[in-house]
Amino acid sequence: MSSFILPSLIFSPLLGVVILFFLSKNQEKAIKIVGFLATLPSLLLSLFLYVQYKAGTELSDFAIKEAWFTFGNLKQYDPKLFAVDFELALDGFSLVMVILTAVLSTLAAIASIHIKKEWKGYFILFLILQVGMLGVFTSQNLILFFIFFEITLIPMFFLIGKWGYLEKEKAAYSFLIYNGLGSAILLIVIMVLFARTGTSNIEALRYIMTVGGVSLIAPISGVMKYALLIALLVAFGIKLPIFPLHTWMLRVHVQAPPSIVMLHAGVLLKIGAFGLIRFGMGIFPQEFQKIAIYLAILGVINLLYGAFLALIQTDFKMVLAYSSISHMGIVLIGVGALNEAGIQGAIFQVVSHGLIAALLFFLVGVMYERVQTSSIDRLGGLAKIMPLTSGFLLAAGMASLGMPGMSGFVSEFMAFLGLFKEEPVLAGIGAIGIILTAVYLLRAVLGITFGTAKQPVPLPAEKSDIRAIEMAPVLVLLLLIVLIGVFPSILSGPLQGAVEAIMIGIGG
Amino acid sequence: MDLETMLSYEWGAMMPEFIILGVVTLLSLLDLFLPKQYNRKSLAWIALAGIILAIITLISLFDLEVTSILHDTFRLDSFAKAFKLLLLVGAALVILLAESFSPKEGMAENRGEFYYLFLAALLGAMVMSSSGDLITLFVGLELLSISSYILAGFRKKNLASNESAMKYVINGGISTAITLFGMSYLYGLTGSTNLIEMSGTMSAVFDGQFQYLLGLAFFMILVGLSFKLASVPFHMWAPDVYQGSPTPVTAFLSVVSKTAGFIILLRIIISLFLMTPSDETGALTFLERNSDYIGFLAGITMVVGNVIALRQRNIKRMLAYSSIAHAGYILVAIAVLGYFTFDAVWFYLVAYLFMNLGALAVIQLITDKTGSEDISRFAGLYRTSPVLAVAMAIFILSLAGIPGTAGFIGKLTIFMGAFSADPGHYVLGSIMIGATVISYVYYFGIMTQMFFRPALPTEKLKVPGGIMFVLVLCIGGTVLFGLAPNIAFDFLHTNFGSFEDFLQ
Repeated sequence: MSSFILPSLIFSPLLGVVILFFLSKNQEKAIKIVGFLATLPSLLLSLFLYVQYKAGTELSDFAIKEAWFTFGNLKQYDPKLFAVDFELALDGFSLVMVILTAVLSTLAAIASIHIKKEWKGYFILFLILQVGMLGVFTSQNLILFFIFFEITLIPMFFLIGKWGYLEKEKAAYSFLIYNGLGSAILLIVIMVLFARTGTSNIEALRYIMTVGGVSLIAPISGVMKYALLIALLVAFGIKLPIFPLHTWMLRVHVQAPPSIVMLHAGVLLKIGAFGLIRFGMGIFPQEFQKIAIYLAILGVINLLYGAFLALIQTDFKMVLAYSSISHMGIVLIGVGALNEAGIQGAIFQVVSHGLIAALLFFLVGVMYERVQTSSIDRLGGLAKIMPLTSGFLLAAGMASLGMPGMSGFVSEFMAFLGLFKEEPVLAGIGAIGIILTAVYLLRAVLGITFGTAKQPVPLPAEKSDIRAIEMAPVLVLLLLIVLIGVFPSILSGPLQGAVEAIMIGIGG
Repeated sequence: MDLETMLSYEWGAMMPEFIILGVVTLLSLLDLFLPKQYNRKSLAWIALAGIILAIITLISLFDLEVTSILHDTFRLDSFAKAFKLLLLVGAALVILLAESFSPKEGMAENRGEFYYLFLAALLGAMVMSSSGDLITLFVGLELLSISSYILAGFRKKNLASNESAMKYVINGGISTAITLFGMSYLYGLTGSTNLIEMSGTMSAVFDGQFQYLLGLAFFMILVGLSFKLASVPFHMWAPDVYQGSPTPVTAFLSVVSKTAGFIILLRIIISLFLMTPSDETGALTFLERNSDYIGFLAGITMVVGNVIALRQRNIKRMLAYSSIAHAGYILVAIAVLGYFTFDAVWFYLVAYLFMNLGALAVIQLITDKTGSEDISRFAGLYRTSPVLAVAMAIFILSLAGIPGTAGFIGKLTIFMGAFSADPGHYVLGSIMIGATVISYVYYFGIMTQMFFRPALPTEKLKVPGGIMFVLVLCIGGTVLFGLAPNIAFDFLHTNFGSFEDFLQ
């Protein structure tokens, strides 16, 4: 029976799509409720998996593998040659990512109450996007991974281009082209590996690349391995994004509707980090070691670049966008440190930033709903009319700048601990970024909540604070952020095994 | 040849061709003798019935061993069966499109002619796929070409249509002459027109001086045949002709005629040059040594097609450039020549058949209705007829090669061939992927029109039965072969193996 769990976890949102087809497009309320409910089965199943895991069940029990299709007609020689199976499985790392995705999807569905038009199309795309994201983290072969990866691309294009703000189409196109290029590079890597080894199974590839001794269809030279790894870095670097491949992501952060940005900043960017760790480190460990230092340097550049530019932004969304770039730098720093603390820190940062970014963007959505702007120059003194919202915004800001007791602190601490062990000078330079983070976040958040605006926008006369239904996501996210901050072991427990496996591959 | 030998041939192998020939004759007679006021539209059903009958006979012939009749001029091997099936299915869908076609001008007065000319062209293509001799190959090619020239000029009173037909004839004439010129060298070298005999003579001996003659012949044939594929260097006709012709003719040219082009290309270059040595040791065959040139043409074709498509506002022109690009993709599969070549070409053509015909069905409907082929006519289609918009979106996604569609699996198969070779064809593969990303821009431009732009004030579109059927079948094919490609692959491999009998 356990073989049903993963497929239903991933594909249950499609049930909602089917129901939505039968609803009239004007039934706003019904559509929103169905859209929200359709995200729940995945959430419940992922929590169920976590409970099972805690109870001691092996995660590999949930793996499934079905024959899907085969290229060529070579079955009589080797049935596995050029076969693409439909295989899903979980380890600690992907379990964490799946839970993150499921939680954020449900919360983003709540945040979608602010969507003003064409709810039916919106939720259909939203649910397909969720399927894609969940699939990415559980696929066990590269072709399947790529298919889910691309499934996230198309709904995002429409969600940005149709429901976004003023320059939405430009943002959608820039998203499509950058990510299309990233996917194209990724596809080359995948197909080269698949065509030359005859398998696309991640475990098998890891074995072939690290241990070797398997006869291949065509040889993969040492230079080729480096080329493939660097191509992978570029492909996932666009997604993450790594400076200077980040411009598309700024547009998306600013132009897409907040509920979608929650998913985008919370999950989609993380696919880049997931891919780097899972495929870059997993399949090419020896080569990865050689270039790790450059990643750490790139990470510090990302961290500082994002932080400096966040300092001078006048739009709160832009501040958050650059803050995302800056925070992804910390992931790179952790990965580049290439020791246990660093990798733990990187994964912690992935989760923690996912939650914090989602929270911040949700609050931006709530605010925008009431004052129709997110410009720092035009906003001030919101604490008077929205005391609760402002309070939450401050809390989220604190989390983002890494206050002890919250998840951001744990991840930054571990990532830097890792880097200080390997490259103290670099880590020292990077630490400036941490201070800058506090400066730009406090500047923006305090300005909005307590400061005075330069060109104030007319504020609503009476109090129009966050509603009860909007409160739920905020509380859930804050709770999770604090929980991870106080009990990091709820995360590090599941991650332990995955990180150790990576460390063994690297040989550390 | 006496009567006894004539009768001893297994004529059954040619049954599908006979059926089409019979229907052509019947239709031309009917068109001639039926009273003027009789609506020729219903002749489509006879044509369709003929094609379906031919498909059924063809399927019943699947179990037949390789059959060769008339001194090996006509051979029914797996290759012929597999590609004839594609031609026939494509033709059946085009006939359905033509039946539902109701333009302002052109088709109305000589509809009957359309059907039998179309079937004659189909017959030519079928003969090509089955021929084991340069003469029959060429006769098939000419039958296909001449019928196509007339079809291209079908809107007699329309200036654009006349211009396009003229361009088509002249380009076609030149390219055919070049092909024939190339073939004449091969005849001179081998003294035979039978492909198997020629291949035997060419592979038996190596003479350094022949290499240049062979090279000349190879390039002449390759360049000449690029006309039918609509690939560089003979691609210039495609945009004009696609735009000028009635949409069903465009559909025919872009799917059936292109498939036929790949059939003849594979027939000639693989049977003749695969076994021919390129040096004394015989380490590399002639085709292997020169396949880079095919790759070069493929690369230019993909880039030219996709880049020029970016600037198009006319939807049929845009699709013409897109179909040039797709010819480039398939040429990649041929250039990398290896285990996956036949699989890749066949599967890609299957995918292309469904996605391109589907897209053309929607285009036919919209352009018929609005009388304009500008891309802005698609504005707000999602609002006025959401089903049609979603159907078009599926075809476009498949053309763009997005996972979940047949187009994606087709591209994967081509990459398999390109990267599994040793040394791998990384440059060609990368050009292909890069070109695909470029194509996103114009494909998604159509999406932008359909989904983001406000609707034009138009009445609701009524979808005729024929088009509806084509749409359902094409969506089915595109999605099914995208999600469960093993259906197509298993069908291919159980019925046709790995085309081992191609050269026997």
